[in-house]
Order: sequence, then C-alpha cells, then structure tokens
Amino acid sequence: MITLKNQLPENAVTNAVDGVLNWGRQSSLWYMLFGLACCGIELMQTGGPRADLDRFGSVPRASPRQSDLMIVAGTLTYKMALRTKVLYDQMPEPKYVISMGSCANCGGLFQPAYSVVKGVDKIIPVDIYVPGCPPRPEALTEGLLKIQEKMRKEKFLVRQKLVA
Amino acid sequence: MESPPQDHRSSSKPQRGVEGEAPSGFARGGGDASPYRTEEMLLNMGPQHPSTHGVIRFVVKTDGEVMNVAIPDVGYLHRSIEKIAEKATYNGFMPWTDRVDYLAAMNCNVAYAMAVEKLASIQITRRAEYLRVIAMELNRIISHLLSVGSLGMDIGATTPFIHALREREKVNDLIEELCGQRLTYNYARVGGVIYDMTPHWDKKVLTFLDQFEPNLNEFDRLLTNNKILRKRLGGIGVISPEDAISYNLVGPNLRGSGLKWDLRKDIPYSVYPELDFEVPVGNGEAGELGDCFDRFMVRIKEMRESSKILRQCFEKIRSLEGEEYQVKVPKKIRPPAGDVYVRTESTRGDLGVYLVSDGTDKACRVKFRTGSFTAMSIVEKISRGMMVADLIAFIASLDIVAPEIDR
Amino acid sequence: MNIQEISKKLAEHFPGISIEVVEGAKNPVGGVVVGDTALIVPADHIQKICEILKNVDSFSFDCLSNLTAVDKKDRFEVVYQLFSYKHLHSITLKVILPRDEGAHLPTVDTIWGCANWLEREVYDLFGIRFDGSYDLRRIMLPDDWIGYPLRKDYKEQDDYHGISTTRPSLLQ
Repeated sequence: MITLKNQLPENAVTNAVDGVLNWGRQSSLWYMLFGLACCGIELMQTGGPRADLDRFGSVPRASPRQSDLMIVAGTLTYKMALRTKVLYDQMPEPKYVISMGSCANCGGLFQPAYSVVKGVDKIIPVDIYVPGCPPRPEALTEGLLKIQEKMRKEKFLVRQKLVA
Repeated sequence: MESPPQDHRSSSKPQRGVEGEAPSGFARGGGDASPYRTEEMLLNMGPQHPSTHGVIRFVVKTDGEVMNVAIPDVGYLHRSIEKIAEKATYNGFMPWTDRVDYLAAMNCNVAYAMAVEKLASIQITRRAEYLRVIAMELNRIISHLLSVGSLGMDIGATTPFIHALREREKVNDLIEELCGQRLTYNYARVGGVIYDMTPHWDKKVLTFLDQFEPNLNEFDRLLTNNKILRKRLGGIGVISPEDAISYNLVGPNLRGSGLKWDLRKDIPYSVYPELDFEVPVGNGEAGELGDCFDRFMVRIKEMRESSKILRQCFEKIRSLEGEEYQVKVPKKIRPPAGDVYVRTESTRGDLGVYLVSDGTDKACRVKFRTGSFTAMSIVEKISRGMMVADLIAFIASLDIVAPEIDR
Repeated sequence: MNIQEISKKLAEHFPGISIEVVEGAKNPVGGVVVGDTALIVPADHIQKICEILKNVDSFSFDCLSNLTAVDKKDRFEVVYQLFSYKHLHSITLKVILPRDEGAHLPTVDTIWGCANWLEREVYDLFGIRFDGSYDLRRIMLPDDWIGYPLRKDYKEQDDYHGISTTRPSLLQ
C-alpha cells in the first residue's frame, strides 16, 4: 500500500476508493503500549471492560513495527526521550500520535522539574492532544474518535498539492 | 552419556549439564556437553516492554536461556519530585506526592501529611483518622488487584487481568464519589482530609465488599489453585530472610520470606491499634519459602484482611457523626527547624518520609524512602542462574512500580 | 535502648572519637521534642561505627532504612537511619561534610546489601563520593548529565542533546 501513496496525478477523483481505504484504516487502529506513568494505568483501564477500546478495532500491540498509533501516556524524561524517537522511527507509515495527559502535552505538573521534557511534541509530531491529569477513559475515547475523523478526510492515493 | 540437566529451580546457582566429552573438532564453552560453542550474549530488555511495570531497563547477560546476571537500569521516570518539594509550600506539595506511587496515592498523601503534622505539632480529629484509614485500605485493595492481575498477564494468563480491571472500575467509582478523582487523589491535607463522605457512601462501599469477597474466590479458581501457575512460580526467585533484611525489602516481599512484620501491628500509627486483623505470612506451600508464589499468596490474603478492616472502620465511624474532618492550619505552615522521619505501611511496604525543615514555609529537603527502590537492588543478586522467562515472573512478584524507584 | 544509652555504649567502643547527641526540633509552644534526635559522627570512622552497630548483639542494627544527604547552605549532612528487627530500636546517624567539590566519606556497602544503590543516588544527585564503593556511577540521570541537581546552587542547562528545556508560553 505504501507504494501506491501519492502516485496518482492531482486531478484524479478517488472518492469511493478513498472511502473504502480510510474506513479500513480507521477501524483497525492498532496502538503501541507506551504507558510511561500514571496515564498508562488509565490507558489500561480504557482498554479494559467498561470503556472498551476493542470495539473500535484498537488492540494493544507490544512492538512498534506492528502498530500504527502511538499513545504517549505519561511523563517523558530526557533519558527516555532518545528512545522515544527510536521507537517512533520504527513505526511504519502511515502513523499517528496521540499525546495523552498534560505531562505529554506540555510537561504538565512537572514543568518546574529539571529532568522532564516539556511536551512530547519537542521530539515527535503529534496529531491529537488529550488534556487531563489523567484523562478519563471517555476523554481518551473521544481522542481516538477524532483521529478516526481526521483519517476520513485524508486522500491517500492522490498526490497532494503543495501549499507554498 | 550425559545425565539430564538438573531442575534449575531448586537453587539459585547456575546448573549446567554434566561435563562430557565433545566430539573432536568442536570447541566447547560454558561447561556444556553439547557440540556447539556458546558465548555470552548481551541482551537489552526495555525500557519499552509489555512485561515491565513501567519504564525499567534490564541489561541481561545470558548464555543460551540461562542468565548469568541481569543488571537493572533505572531513571527513565525520574521526575525530580524531591527538588520540586523545595519550591512548593508544605500545603501545596500534596499533588506531587500522589505521583510518587500512583497506585497507592492515598498512602503517599497520608505519609507526607503525617510527617508535616508531626514536625509542626498539629493534632487531627479521630474522624479524619478513620477517613484516612478507609481511603488507604480501599487503595490497598485496588493496588493488590492490579499487581495480581499483571502478574497473571506477565506469565501469559490474560483473563485475571481483565477481571481485576473490572473490580477496579467499581472502586474507582466509589473513590470518585469521595474525592473527585479516579487515580491521583490528592485527598489528605495537612490537618485532616479535604472532603467528608457523602450520605449513604458507606452503604455503597459495604455493598461492594459483599460482592467483592465472593469474587476473590474467582481469582482463587483462576490463579491460586492453578497447577500451571504453581509450577511457574514455585521455587523461583527464592529470597532468604537474611537477604531480605540486609537488602531492606519491605511489605509483602518481606512477609513472603517468612518474617511476620507489618508496621500497622508492630509500630502502629493512626487508629490501627483499635482495629483487629491478621498479618499473612508466606509458608512455602508451592516450593520453597520465599519464592514468587509466597509473595503472590500474601497479596491475595491481604486483600481479604483489608476488607475486614474496612467493615470495622465503618462501624466505628458511625459514632463520630458530625465531627470535624479538617482542623484549621495556618496558610503558611512554618515548622521549627529540624528533621523527622515517619514510616507508614503502604501497599508496597514501608513508605518513609524524611522531612527537613529550616524554619521557613518551604521545606529544605523531602526524601521518600520507597519499597520498590530497594527491591530493585536485589534483582542483580537473585537473577544469577535464572532463566529469562523466570526473570519476568520474579520482577512481577516483587510488585515493582517505576515511579517509586525513580521519584 | 534509647539514644542516650546507645551513644554511651558506642563511646566505650570508640574512646577518643567525638560522638555528640543533637536533640531534635522542639515545639515552640511548650518545648516538647517533636523532631528526631541524632548522633553526629566523624566522617572517617563511619564505616567502623556501622560495623559495630550491626554486629554487636546489644545493638544489632540489621537494617539500613534510609541513606540520604541534605544540602544546608554551608555544609553537607549525610544521614543514616538504622533500625533493628531484633530489639525494635532505631537511631539516626549524621556525618557533616564541608560543602565543596571534593566531599567524600567511606562507604558502608560491605555491611548492608542495599547501601550501594542508596549511595549511588546520593552521588548522582549531590556529588558526594563514597570511597571504596564497588560501583559508583549515576543511577537516575543519564550518564552524560552535567551537574548535581539537588544542590541548592544548581543551574539548569539550556538544552540537552538538542531538546530545549523551556516551553514558550502561548499567552504572549
């Protein structure tokens, strides 16, 4: 599928094909278990019985090579930051990142700390920010639904016009 | 003719096959009788790994499947909480104490509040003490549930983990009604607690306990009496009582090695002298005394004891209706210059808070002495001669959580 | 045994070494002692004193509860909290070091197993060296970190491996 990306010329119309491809991609977003701190526990509870992420097709995977969504749940420290970049680079395209909790958004409660990266977007590009400390399972589910909404609008096959 | 290799679980020394003659033309290594030459491999486990309890990394030197040593590398969640304590006031530091151990956040809150109250000579009411104990014991139940469930998941049994999450959700609802948060509670204050219980909250908790105690039998059927679990945990990671004391293991890790020591009974604090409960101790039923199964059993039994304590607390708090739950403390607390060391029995053992004050309204030094930090220091010694898969079971049975190590 | 008796018996084992008892903080209203009373011990003898405290039967301090350091602006204080499971008594030892770059004292990791990790943490965050330790390297911070953060005069670096340490406020 990666070889087909951005192959068609700009004036090609691919609505139905895009619709099917995006529906397939959004309904099976496999996320990588990247629970670093307290938000990791709420991530596990969201994958648990009550607020079930599996009904959206999202199952947790241990390896970054088998996942296309990375939920950064918890505080990122400088010691961990270099490894996070390595893990992000290992994920295959197309990949998405949800930054869960205020520590991953901007450093959160640990802004006065000397060893905490003030936001995971200093290292990797982030698609959706979910606020909270820790965010409720309903908030994380809403974040997942927003990523699905973003995917629905993507044109995967057509070469995108570059905005100057 | 080589004899079959000995069962490695009977001792912690490396067990190799009998020295025999190798066929000519092949070099031998490691004392093994096989014709293949083996070399020591350096493997990296973590920091992102589905079976570690938070971000911890192990550098494992193995010879085939048997490890020579596993060296832990920590610090991936070092959030400098102790430095922030020197910037925040005594009252205002409470949210950060939650994050020292987020699975036992009530215990950390209460330990810090007790240290400040001791140094500043603040006396709190009995109703506040009982509310604190109720919150701490509820927290002990859900923390042990998660520990037992993730031990099952690390070994390969995913069903008990989901059952544990189901019970946790019910308690999360109850605690949310009490203090407004599901995970990082910020409930205790210097001088008491911040909210009283809502009307009929005690009946809801008692209803939960009535259906929780039979549900624990489900865990017994799935895990405790499971032959596979007994074989996988029995005889692994044996910690002798002398090692446990020398390496300063605390809590269920210490009780699993046979020592009957619980701070709530032996150096009691708060209202624990008025409560009646037992202290479960490991007895080596699945293998040796001090193995992983003992530590696991101690946690299952402690959950039942906690629900006994909760029932007694609710009976006793009925006579304290209408009492104050928070005494008035000054906005800027200025304790006298000096230091104090307070120990409480958290879910992972002895949580000690060492508080140094220099007379101003901000602390000079706060140090949290946690059970997981010293439990990690024993991994290097006990891991010699274990198999790699048993290392996972051993770490899971020590109930290590990363923020307690790194703070 | 309480701390006065322990200090008397310890002085019998170590004649000629000054071991002073410092009383804990007092409540300004009423004068009740609320803080912990400590024994101040000279730095070169800490290892021998700890050996006696662990091995002699009447003391039998088999557990090192806590090992940490405090940066008072003019000196370092290294604090040892010991506990005995046999006699159920506890004691606090303190070593006062001058506040300079070469602060060092002997290690106790041959006596208790958990001392090595606790000493590594003190070295990592304060820069106090422990002579004779078999493994003294950083534990919490990355190996190439500059500085010892828990000192009072620590200044944060501007960036680490290219990641900047501040975040601009959105309100400007």
